[in-house]
Amino acid sequence: MKVFHVLKPGLFTTVQDLGRYGYLKYGIPISGSMDTFSLVAANVLVANNSNDACLEITLFGPELQALTRTQIAITGGNISPKINGQNVPTWQTLEVQEGDVITFGKVENGCRAYLSIRGGINTPLVLGSRATYVRGGFGGINGRQLKTGDIIEGFDTSPLKVEYSMPEDLVPQFTGQFKVHVILGPQADMLTEGGINTFFSSPYKVTLEADRMGYRLEGAIIEHKAKADIISDALLPGAIQVPKNGKPIIIMRDAQTTGGYPKIAVTIIPDVSLLGQAKPNDIIEFSKITMSQAREKLFEYNKLLNNLSRMLLKK
Amino acid sequence: MKSEPYTSARYLPFGDHALLIEFADKISLEVNSKVIALNEALLKAEIQGVEEFVPTYRSLLIRYNPLKASYEQLVFHIKDIEKTLKESTIEVEIRKITIPVVYGGEYGPDLTYVAKFHGLSEEQVVKLHSKREYRVYMIGFVAGFPYLGEVPDEVATPRLETPRLKVLAGSVGIAEKQTGIYPCEAPGGWRIIGRTPLKLFNPLQQPPALLKPGDNVKFKPISEKEFKTIEETALKGVYSPFSEA
Repeated sequence: MKVFHVLKPGLFTTVQDLGRYGYLKYGIPISGSMDTFSLVAANVLVANNSNDACLEITLFGPELQALTRTQIAITGGNISPKINGQNVPTWQTLEVQEGDVITFGKVENGCRAYLSIRGGINTPLVLGSRATYVRGGFGGINGRQLKTGDIIEGFDTSPLKVEYSMPEDLVPQFTGQFKVHVILGPQADMLTEGGINTFFSSPYKVTLEADRMGYRLEGAIIEHKAKADIISDALLPGAIQVPKNGKPIIIMRDAQTTGGYPKIAVTIIPDVSLLGQAKPNDIIEFSKITMSQAREKLFEYNKLLNNLSRMLLKK
Repeated sequence: MKSEPYTSARYLPFGDHALLIEFADKISLEVNSKVIALNEALLKAEIQGVEEFVPTYRSLLIRYNPLKASYEQLVFHIKDIEKTLKESTIEVEIRKITIPVVYGGEYGPDLTYVAKFHGLSEEQVVKLHSKREYRVYMIGFVAGFPYLGEVPDEVATPRLETPRLKVLAGSVGIAEKQTGIYPCEAPGGWRIIGRTPLKLFNPLQQPPALLKPGDNVKFKPISEKEFKTIEETALKGVYSPFSEA
């Protein structure tokens, strides 16, 4: 089922789902949505499964022409979506007619928008996921970002009789200031006490080197006790490495699965999702929490994701 | 006698959903064998909530579902299993894989350099590189890239000063005491001494990578003609690099 004709691809638009799990030992990163909460929200707003594939749109949106009548939802960062030139609301079900053209404008907030299609995007499953891993060249549409002329395929795209919207208090506000919770370790003992204090007391700025692989941050230098490398070991999204220059790097979804810098701390799962909306010049502040606090936060986050479809308002 | 930085494994939290077990702060077959043995034992134990293991040189990462198992429970449980490993040697089945390689020429543009660097002939380098069995310590860098160790000191060579923008798939390289195989075309700074016709990575296959951490690998010098034959038979899926058990 052909759903969209890509008239313009945008800056970096890929097909993503919740990710590809279980292949880290083969060097395959998890990939999937940078902002998982917004991907799930986009899906439930068109009554999809949480794991259905959506478009992840980065800063400059694509131009898409509908090839059929269907429903979509656009969530995540607000990059001023329009249908046939008219502004349309985010975080709610939208109906599109055959021939309609979807465009995007100014970045109001956040970094990445998610566009879901009723029934989900249909690309071949690669190792159990439709997530695009551009560096590896697989998943999504031929393992790459969208390009002009691509056709986005769907499954059963016929619109539902109902339309939904997110209750306002559940819509995240992306202000460009991120307060991120981390658990100290596993290699914080390679940094001085002063270095660790610096990490928790200084704001860090996202540099231009920020993409699906990770974010290099600018800010106060975190001091190592002695050497600044380790024998390479495993990485996961959210891990915060401190290389020799003392400036942290946050590992994100498409990063290499191993790395040779000490990890001062690891971001908790709900906040990795939040960081998916950070863009260059945004400010990140880190705070330390305990394992049991993290567990409580994760429990709440999972409960929210699992119940999201029941919390929506019917229009 | 040189003392170890620490003797027993360190259990470390890795965020809210993983734990890291570090066995030592060095690269050695002995340390890596501990990683592989614990990995095998934990796979068999099928611990509730555990989702994935990532063995590397000297540590094992365990990704788990924190809503099904707590960090403290897992540490307690795994330490118990680790203890049984210390008390008895467990049999870990190590796969043996032979990787056919054309050394030198256009297949291995840095073979000449490596030979000169050590004052050896190219034949001597090939012989030294291919006589040893290597352990797959871990897979990283790009999907399916095996870090193998360790090459004899006589052929250990520093990386290129300026990495190549393009290294061909199948290229076999040396970086200091490590040797590795590029599964796909990628930029890279390893000294390329040969190339294998085998495909090391295919995301459309299960498992997607030819090698996994813990495997033993040996290189076998072949001719250009054999390269082409193996390339064809490998494409048809009839070539097996695995030794009969």
